[in-house]
Amino acid sequence: MKLVTAIIKPFKLDDVRQSLSELGVQGMTVTEVKGFGRQKGHTELYRGAEYVVDFLPKVKLEVAVDGARLEQTLEAIRDAANTGKIGDGKIFVSDLQQVIRIRTGETDDDAL
Amino acid sequence: MNALLTRLGGTVALGAFLVIPDVRAEDTLSAGDTAWMLTATALVLFMTIPGLALFYAGMVRSKNVLSVLMQCFAITGLMSILWAFYGYSLAFDEGGKFIGGIGKLFLRGVGVDSLTGTIPETVFMTFQMTFAVITPALIVGAFAERMKFSAMMVFMALWLTFCYAPVCHWVWGGGWLGDLGILDFAGGTVVHINAGVAGLAAALVLGRRHGYPERQMPPNNLGYTVVGASILWVGWFGFNAGSELAADGVAGMAMAVTQLATAAAALGWMSSEWIAHRKPSVLGIASGAVAGLVAITPASGSVGPMGAIVIGVAAGIICFFCATKLKRALGYDDTLDVFGIHAIGGIVGALLTGVFAARALGGAGFGDGNDSMAAQVWAQGIGVVTTCAYTFVVSYVILKIVDATMGLRVSEEQEEEGLDLALHDERGYIL
Repeated sequence: MKLVTAIIKPFKLDDVRQSLSELGVQGMTVTEVKGFGRQKGHTELYRGAEYVVDFLPKVKLEVAVDGARLEQTLEAIRDAANTGKIGDGKIFVSDLQQVIRIRTGETDDDAL
Repeated sequence: MNALLTRLGGTVALGAFLVIPDVRAEDTLSAGDTAWMLTATALVLFMTIPGLALFYAGMVRSKNVLSVLMQCFAITGLMSILWAFYGYSLAFDEGGKFIGGIGKLFLRGVGVDSLTGTIPETVFMTFQMTFAVITPALIVGAFAERMKFSAMMVFMALWLTFCYAPVCHWVWGGGWLGDLGILDFAGGTVVHINAGVAGLAAALVLGRRHGYPERQMPPNNLGYTVVGASILWVGWFGFNAGSELAADGVAGMAMAVTQLATAAAALGWMSSEWIAHRKPSVLGIASGAVAGLVAITPASGSVGPMGAIVIGVAAGIICFFCATKLKRALGYDDTLDVFGIHAIGGIVGALLTGVFAARALGGAGFGDGNDSMAAQVWAQGIGVVTTCAYTFVVSYVILKIVDATMGLRVSEEQEEEGLDLALHDERGYIL
């Protein structure tokens, strides 16, 4: 089992969600986050006072998947979130030790 | 105020040759004038709360948004009471050339039947009260985010007494500037130069906010600022067209030139910014509109539509330069540009009033005793210089006295925490 964490552009969230749903992904968690990478921030100007905003708004998406579906999940996210411009984000993959569905007590693959 | 004299003159002249049933003699109430002035008074109050309060509140940091609204609201209350106690009398009761008398203390003699021209004196007194409210409230922008609330209340009470009431008397109450034939229809000198220069004094005496200018201090909600500027724009018709104290042709022209100058200044600031910074901004166009409203204030009873547009463009460009470049070059921290917009806009308007009042340029003519543009501009210049000097010195002294006795500034810790929590135990945004 893998935990896929993707940082994407906020306006791409709907496309990514739709692609993952089409793959049969049953659930995901989304958080509004801020950060910077190569894209850097932007400047704002108020009556001549220039402010540099370093952290840009992004969306963090977390999906737990069966190891066998990892590649297609990653591909779906990449395809849907890609604009070809700097600032499209990153995908992190980590091992997942255990999953439990709270309501039924099912574990691991049954709980995904 | 010119209307009163013009009307009385016209009435006398007509009365001598004709018998016209509805000619209004002196001291006869006009229902039309009164209806308009009741409305204008409400419009001017609306300029301060919520107009100016929102205009300012949107520009401060989120931790100080309530403190600015609170200051404007508290000033509205305090100035109204002081105006009734003694402000109105010192400004408008007959007295000397420097200060009015004490015959109207506690509004003595201002009753249901007393008239000022063609309107009830209660309406005139309340109309002027709203001016005595907004003028101190304008100063709030200069010391925002760092002044103690208690010290602000004391400063404002003293400022009304020693700056606003005398200057108001000089220009409108039968004082020496009025005798010079100065043209200040709705308060370029009395309101805007007065408040703007006091703001500069406050910014200098209080000193910069901690971290200024290195630290980022972005506005918390420019939507408020745009709403506030828009309310100011609408309310200003009461301010300028109401200053005629009558519903007549001069009031109509005052309304027209107010709209045109404001539109021109909004576009002037926007264009300047577009050229200088490559993008037009919302804060810029709203600031430009206010600069235009300020500049047309002294001129609104004496210039024509095309003169108004020139005044507006000039105010938009010059105030843009002063608020964005001059302040940074000189290093003082006038938080919301009260000096750069109100004092500078007021000076631009006061001087150009002397130019565009000329009949050849579409104006209504010069003031009494001034027979040329040079003489009028000279009179306007005397008004500007003396008001700047008087108000700066007196405001500076008042601030120093308040500082020495009770302290003007909040502690550094309170300033960091934000005045909303530190002084009022409240937060503007609970998210």
